[in-house]
Amino acid sequence: MVEERKIRVLVAKPGLDGHDRGAKVIARAFRDAGFEVIYTGLRQTPEMIVSAAIQEDVDAVGVSCLSGAHMYLFPRIVQLLRERGADDVLVFGGGTIPDEDIPKLREAGIAEIFTPGTPTSVAIDFVRNRAGRDRK
Amino acid sequence: MPFDENEERRIESAEETWEEQTLRPTLEKLPERARQFNTVSWHPIRRLYTPRDLSDFDYTQDLGFPGLYPFTRGVYPTMYRGKIWTMRMFAGHGTPEETNRRFRYLLEQGQTGLSVAFDLPTLMGYDSDHPMSRGEVGKCGVAIDSLADMETLFDRIPLGDVTTSMTINSPAAVLWAMYLAVCEKQGVPYDRIGGTIQNDILKEFIAQKEYVFPLEPSMRLMVDTILFGAQCLPTWHPVSISGYHIREAGSTAIQELAFTLADGMAYVEATMKAGLDPDAFAPRLSFFFNVHNDFFEEIAKFRAARRMWAKLMRERYGAKDPRSWLLRTHAQTAGCALTAQQPYNNVVRVAIQALAAVLGGAQSLHTNAMDETRALPTEKAATIALRTQQIIAHETGVTHTIDPVGGSYFVETLTREIEEEAWTYLQKIDDLGGMVQAIEKGFPQQEIADASYRYQQAVERGEQVVVGVNRCVAEVEEPIPLLQIDPDKAAHQQMEKIHQLKKRRDSYPVDHTLDAIRRAAQGKDPWARDLLMPKILDAVRAYVTLGEIMGVLREAWGEYVEPAIL
Amino acid sequence: MEISDRVRAGDVRAMARLISLIENGFPEATSALKGLYPFTGQAFIVGITGPPGSGKSTLTDQLTQEFRRHGRTIGIVAVDPTSPFTGGAILADRIRMQRHSLDGGVFIRSMATRGHLGGLAKATNDVVNVLDAAGKEVIFIETVGVGQDEVEVVKTAHTSIVVTVPGLGDDIQAIKAGILEIADIFVVNKADREGADKTVAELKAMMALGPGRSDWSPPIFKTVAIEEEGIVELAQGILAHQAHLDQAGVRQERQRERSHALFLELLQERVTRRLLERAAANGILEQTIERIAHRDLDPYSAVDEFLEKAGF
Repeated sequence: MVEERKIRVLVAKPGLDGHDRGAKVIARAFRDAGFEVIYTGLRQTPEMIVSAAIQEDVDAVGVSCLSGAHMYLFPRIVQLLRERGADDVLVFGGGTIPDEDIPKLREAGIAEIFTPGTPTSVAIDFVRNRAGRDRK
Repeated sequence: MPFDENEERRIESAEETWEEQTLRPTLEKLPERARQFNTVSWHPIRRLYTPRDLSDFDYTQDLGFPGLYPFTRGVYPTMYRGKIWTMRMFAGHGTPEETNRRFRYLLEQGQTGLSVAFDLPTLMGYDSDHPMSRGEVGKCGVAIDSLADMETLFDRIPLGDVTTSMTINSPAAVLWAMYLAVCEKQGVPYDRIGGTIQNDILKEFIAQKEYVFPLEPSMRLMVDTILFGAQCLPTWHPVSISGYHIREAGSTAIQELAFTLADGMAYVEATMKAGLDPDAFAPRLSFFFNVHNDFFEEIAKFRAARRMWAKLMRERYGAKDPRSWLLRTHAQTAGCALTAQQPYNNVVRVAIQALAAVLGGAQSLHTNAMDETRALPTEKAATIALRTQQIIAHETGVTHTIDPVGGSYFVETLTREIEEEAWTYLQKIDDLGGMVQAIEKGFPQQEIADASYRYQQAVERGEQVVVGVNRCVAEVEEPIPLLQIDPDKAAHQQMEKIHQLKKRRDSYPVDHTLDAIRRAAQGKDPWARDLLMPKILDAVRAYVTLGEIMGVLREAWGEYVEPAIL
Repeated sequence: MEISDRVRAGDVRAMARLISLIENGFPEATSALKGLYPFTGQAFIVGITGPPGSGKSTLTDQLTQEFRRHGRTIGIVAVDPTSPFTGGAILADRIRMQRHSLDGGVFIRSMATRGHLGGLAKATNDVVNVLDAAGKEVIFIETVGVGQDEVEVVKTAHTSIVVTVPGLGDDIQAIKAGILEIADIFVVNKADREGADKTVAELKAMMALGPGRSDWSPPIFKTVAIEEEGIVELAQGILAHQAHLDQAGVRQERQRERSHALFLELLQERVTRRLLERAAANGILEQTIERIAHRDLDPYSAVDEFLEKAGF
């Protein structure tokens, strides 16, 4: 009897800003959608996030950044996941992110950017549809 | 307002007749849009307010006169007839050189006070060359590493003539010391220096989350600055007790009000415990509230805040100087109420919010720029935001009379209800042993997290309408120009400057002053009168960097790790 | 390379993936666990239980730091509750342990209970075996900490630590007798708070009233985990208990008990699952339940009948 495969998502705040309202709301929304959410809190370096994502074997990593440091932090997370052979982990992000950065972030391997005002249901559907799709 | 029983009965019977003959037929033909109307904070709003809602109202006790206890109508006798509020626009990004240029531009544009935004490494007490600073230097504010940067930031700005507000909390003592050292170099005496450091450490633990040290040493450092200010800088505001960030974190208006006052009470109590009479420091306490969308709720919040603080200071803490009873406040329009969608709509939101702040009687105001959900504001967007204030001040006429909404059956009732609910929260916090204990137990954090999730769900279900987001959505969004910042320029320049500074400066006073800070910080009696502030001043004068000073304090006091409250 | 070989070689990705397979009940998991079992039994397993807010995560974090200082490799299993309404969970114990996330000698895994009672996730035992086989020398299990009936950890751990704090309710009655009996070590955390000595005195009084254990008298440690106070002493207390177990041969006894429990659990699960699968396939399950519901058959006879048909 194979049990239903649980979707596991890591929600983290890389960088120095403390605006965790969005991260907390999305963590709760994921929980209410039936996901297991590993919440690692504030001021996580990309290295810490990737190490936790691998130990926790998550399907997806959601990161939020409102400080403007996303162009360094988000691609670095994808890069470290790739280096550690975990490029099947979906990375998505949110925060204060100018439109013109979004294509660049996509190119760097961030699967989706949710800008302010995105309903949590969109993020939930996105993870549900994409999580584990590329899992090896 | 108190009126005789005959009058009350007359109104009551007229109201009954109205309900029966006028209202009911209308409702039968056309039901109202909703069964229940609420403020954005879920406070219920009734159909109509009449004199009967205020039948036990006592004008002199509940409202009084401007500049007199309990200050419901305003803290000054003439309010905006005497002086328009201070238009204080928060600014700063990149290097001190760039922000200095921006400051001088804003002063030329008629702005009347400076407000410094620091970058995150500075806010967290890291130098620009610290590994945690990667990608963050100069991004959402100006990077300050040492006194040399502070000198550049205020170059050709006479600090005896402007007042400066600095949004800085965990390392507030260090940045304040740097500012004072620049004043010394400009030859401005301490009693002519005016301004504010935010220095509101408790709201960091519950909302803004830029804490560094655990609660107890954080409170110690904060009280240290109040004591130093009371001794040496009679015109400086050593703290701006801030509800702004609490609201941005998702609280309701009532939570914002209650938690802000509770933070203020904790500072008053801690400073009194350190041996100071409330009248020796309370006149220098200032506040900072958010102005959200719900127009009357916001006005009522400001009015209730003044009345509650006056009662607290006079009745609970026994302050005798009327200046100790005043709640003077800065206000900023709600960043969290702006939308990334249809950004031009934000200009309208900001105008309405700013009007509420003015009708609420704020002493200074920052208006947000329409593009702030996506990036730091462009000069053009920031100028429109400033113009918004100028239009309210000079074109609308709302400044001609004091507290124009005073006496409104609705506003007075709402002010009273908000006050009552806020007292209930304060009682709960008292029961938990005060705000520091309440924070340790996670009480305000949980309340805010719950409110913010509830709000998000209301938006997603369409119960809370947000134009452009869940109603009146545009098919195609027209992009707006955003501020371009060279991502690495500030970091490179700052790192080079630190490198040069460390080569150039005399190492003896560096080690010596850092050692003095270390020894004082390790002192076991946290309330010893041996203040840290003068030692920090010695260090910054010797060009010890922010990161070095904070590093010594981090070693001595450890760092806070927050409990998981979602 | 087989996943079990990679786990034995300490491959973090393989460990993490195998744990997921176990949690999701995938068949590959069982074969990997079979391969790993011979290499288990090396780790020293410490259970940490106690009410919410008692600081279990911070203690686990500090103990990890202390054992790392002495070069021991560490595995941590941190269990949080699954929401019975949505099936989701927020697993946030890591927040307190993230400083170890870059230390290759520490592996942290958060688990949700997924409906399992007793303070642990169903797969905890198997996950501990994975960490054990991967060479982690000390394994900490942090229980859920919501109920007061979190006694299951004793079946897995060699040393069970019960944590409490002063002022959690007025007296120690908050910790029910059952949980007191499983303690090998008591910790009064946040001992800088008022009433710490009272809590210690109450614990002593409760122990004096209890059945008493001839071989080991549970020590009580006062800690302020957040300030690193009392951690060295607590770690030594754990080592002392470990030495006691080895010396007294109790460890083998515990190992036997643990094997017994593990076997019974697996057997129950497998037998039930097989029976139900078979019964569901030929429709007997539905029919039987229907008859019980209509009072055509009592549930006791139904089970007898059912087992008889299954050949028991």
